[in-house]
Amino acid sequence: MSVIIEIRDASAGYNHDVVLHDVNLTIQEEDYIGVIGPNGGGKTTLVRLILGLIQPLRGEVIYHGDKQRNLIGYLPQVSQTDRSFPISVNEVVLSGLMSARSGLSTYTRNDRSRASEILEMMGIAHLRKKSIGELSGGQMQRAFLGRAIISEPRLLILDEPNTFVDNKFEHDLYELLRELNEKMAILMVSHDVGTITSYVKTIACVNRNLHYHRSNIITQSQLAAYNCPIQLITHGEVPHTVLGEHHHNHD
Amino acid sequence: MLHLFEYEFFRNAVWAALLASVTCGITGSYIVAKRMVFISGGITHASFGGIGIAYFLGFNPVAGAAVFSILSALGIEYVSGKTNVREDSAIGILWSLGMALGIIFVFMTPGYAPNLMSYLFGSILTVGKTDLLLMLGLSAVIVGFFARFYHTILFISFDEEYARAHRIAVGLFKYILISLVALTIVMNIRIVGIILVISFLTIPQSTANLFTKNLRMMMIYSIIIGITGSLTGIYISYYLDIPSGATIIFAFVVLFGLAKIIQVLRTRMLIRRQVNQLSNQ
Repeated sequence: MSVIIEIRDASAGYNHDVVLHDVNLTIQEEDYIGVIGPNGGGKTTLVRLILGLIQPLRGEVIYHGDKQRNLIGYLPQVSQTDRSFPISVNEVVLSGLMSARSGLSTYTRNDRSRASEILEMMGIAHLRKKSIGELSGGQMQRAFLGRAIISEPRLLILDEPNTFVDNKFEHDLYELLRELNEKMAILMVSHDVGTITSYVKTIACVNRNLHYHRSNIITQSQLAAYNCPIQLITHGEVPHTVLGEHHHNHD
Repeated sequence: MLHLFEYEFFRNAVWAALLASVTCGITGSYIVAKRMVFISGGITHASFGGIGIAYFLGFNPVAGAAVFSILSALGIEYVSGKTNVREDSAIGILWSLGMALGIIFVFMTPGYAPNLMSYLFGSILTVGKTDLLLMLGLSAVIVGFFARFYHTILFISFDEEYARAHRIAVGLFKYILISLVALTIVMNIRIVGIILVISFLTIPQSTANLFTKNLRMMMIYSIIIGITGSLTGIYISYYLDIPSGATIIFAFVVLFGLAKIIQVLRTRMLIRRQVNQLSNQ
């Protein structure tokens, strides 16, 4: 398996606060990593570091990839969107094709037919001409996911994809991600540990430090050992099967 | 009505209205879409400081305003990139600083008292050949830049962070765009004045926005609405002998009102038709 991104001994933060310290993570093809951790623990900072939106204070982030292809596709949190911005669903999806190289030109006919395919795949082809603000939360997530994958990136990053999403779409989303994972690595941030652990392959616990767990089954005592206190969301009577034997101690 | 075209001042005014509609239609749509109306107000008033200093030192006031507005625009853009500064407060300070400097320097200018009223309220009927050439040049630059980089501008404006993640030179684009906004403001101060120029950048655009949610169409509609409103304003101001800038803005507001009524009626009609269809089934 070839390496896509390496984070080496990286520390990162804002202003005077070091949010991430001495983090090491190697992302390879076919990876499907779930990033969990407490609020304020640095999950989003990790995403911003990988995206290159912030520079490491120490250490480095190394990108392995050819310049022809967008390395990373990204699904941000929906809540940050200006819903009244005059942009259509089709234009949002197409914009995922922009890169520093192609960003200075217009879209080709090829690009447009590619966008049609993606809209079809996301099940929002009938909404293509709608402006982004006319969409429901779930539909908007589909449009943004379309934007993230249209350039066939080597790594897909999702930041809390299951917020504001209905159960139906959540199920579809995870099925779709499973398919996409055959073509690209996935890194998914989530607060809902119970749900993501049944889909991801490995887990990264982020709380200032990063502990990489080479399995999707994690126990409460392991979380404690990783210094990663997580608020487990209890789903009524449904047990957290993936959370291992120590689960009941938590309730 | 057409006999007015025999006068050069009137032909110049019509050209100025056309060119102002083009520059304001395009950059104004960008401002409205990006919710930068307050920033634009700050740049506009900061430019008055440049006018005052230029008068005092004996330079061309438009050049002074251009330098001041571009510097303040770049300053605001720089400040807004740094998260720890309250952007709206910074704009408020710059806004009043510009006005204060303008008033002080104009007051200190010895002898000849410049016609400040034309900068505060504009006068499209006194626009000269040089003004028109400058406006034509700016129109060409703006149309060219937006036509060439439309998709990139749309992408950056909608989701700056995503564009950054795609390694697009977001900062460079934003500095160029805010400079074009500043130049648009300065060139149109001659026409509607410092106090009213913000309306030329927002009212036609808001009117257009009632009918389209597409940025490109918003720009095109804004230009058409801008031309309609400003020509109406010129005629009315000429016949009633009232200030042209204010009349143009008044015409814009009337057009906005009419558009709003049409939009409401159209929405009601569409809903009624849907209800009828459903009850007929």
